[in-house]
Amino acid sequence: MEEALEGYLRSGMLPHMWCAGCGNGIVLHCLIRALHELELPREKLAVVAGIGCAGRAAGYLNLDTLHATHGRALTFATGVKLANPDLTVVVLMGDGDATAIGGNHLIHAARRDLDLTAVVFNNSIYGMTGGQHSPLTPQGSISTTAPEGSNQRPFDLPHLARGAGAGFVARATTYHHRLLTRLIENGIRHRGFALVEAVTYCPTAFGRHNKMGSPVEGLRWQRDHFVDIEKYMGLPEKDRIGKEPMGLFYPAPEPEWPD
Amino acid sequence: MGGALVRVDEKRCKGCGICVGLCPRRVFVPDERGKVRVGRPEECVACGLCDSLCPDLAITVEPRGKGRKEAPAGAAAV
Repeated sequence: MEEALEGYLRSGMLPHMWCAGCGNGIVLHCLIRALHELELPREKLAVVAGIGCAGRAAGYLNLDTLHATHGRALTFATGVKLANPDLTVVVLMGDGDATAIGGNHLIHAARRDLDLTAVVFNNSIYGMTGGQHSPLTPQGSISTTAPEGSNQRPFDLPHLARGAGAGFVARATTYHHRLLTRLIENGIRHRGFALVEAVTYCPTAFGRHNKMGSPVEGLRWQRDHFVDIEKYMGLPEKDRIGKEPMGLFYPAPEPEWPD
Repeated sequence: MGGALVRVDEKRCKGCGICVGLCPRRVFVPDERGKVRVGRPEECVACGLCDSLCPDLAITVEPRGKGRKEAPAGAAAV
């Protein structure tokens, strides 16, 4: 890691507790880089995290951090922000934390449009508790609670957040780390509720059951599976199968003349 | 070429193999302890991909001279 970014880490806490090849460390790196680019004074920053693998990210940050209860990171963050509106508040949650147990808090935080930036580490599974199905587990995927493959549709998180009222909605993968960094940065700049979905690969609890292979193959899968939203929207329906959009969902970029 | 000084922090590295698999110049090699070492440092062009994609935050790339260059054609990163 670049020397200039090391100061954001509680280096005594490393190596971290995440499995070998877990993408959460890449998201953490992107977040640190975004904070560094924003040049925010440390005393004006607060990071709130929930429970689960992703929630542990706050413990590695050498900032004012709060490890909240399961699904309630946004409620604690709401309190932090209301008590001290001068703070920039970043909220770190996993997919289960944010959209299952914390799903109600997520939609109401988006509805209230308070100035918070939620980064949802989406690894498609409950990793820490042994690989149970989450609301973002893709349909057909195998988990310990859906050994025959899930027959349920996952949430479309960006559109869920937008529908609930979030003013900034974006998605990137750990493979597209520069895009992810930029979106986190812009999400923090946005005044109001911002949601950034960070698609990350869990080789242990998700990849292994779904025969997706090594961490390298997980990253290659992200590379091949996700396309820029503008390109995605231009694809004929049949070519969208097996692809997912990423980038800035809302506010949609202005079309360039002469479109 | 010797474009950069690459270091792997052995305490942080868990040997996941991402740098080994994705480095466009094959600078890294897995070692017998299940970690990774910098096997071909002279090949590094300082693209920084390994640093950005190392989930263990274990890799440092210090460019020598003019700073980071873009990854060669066909390399990963967006």
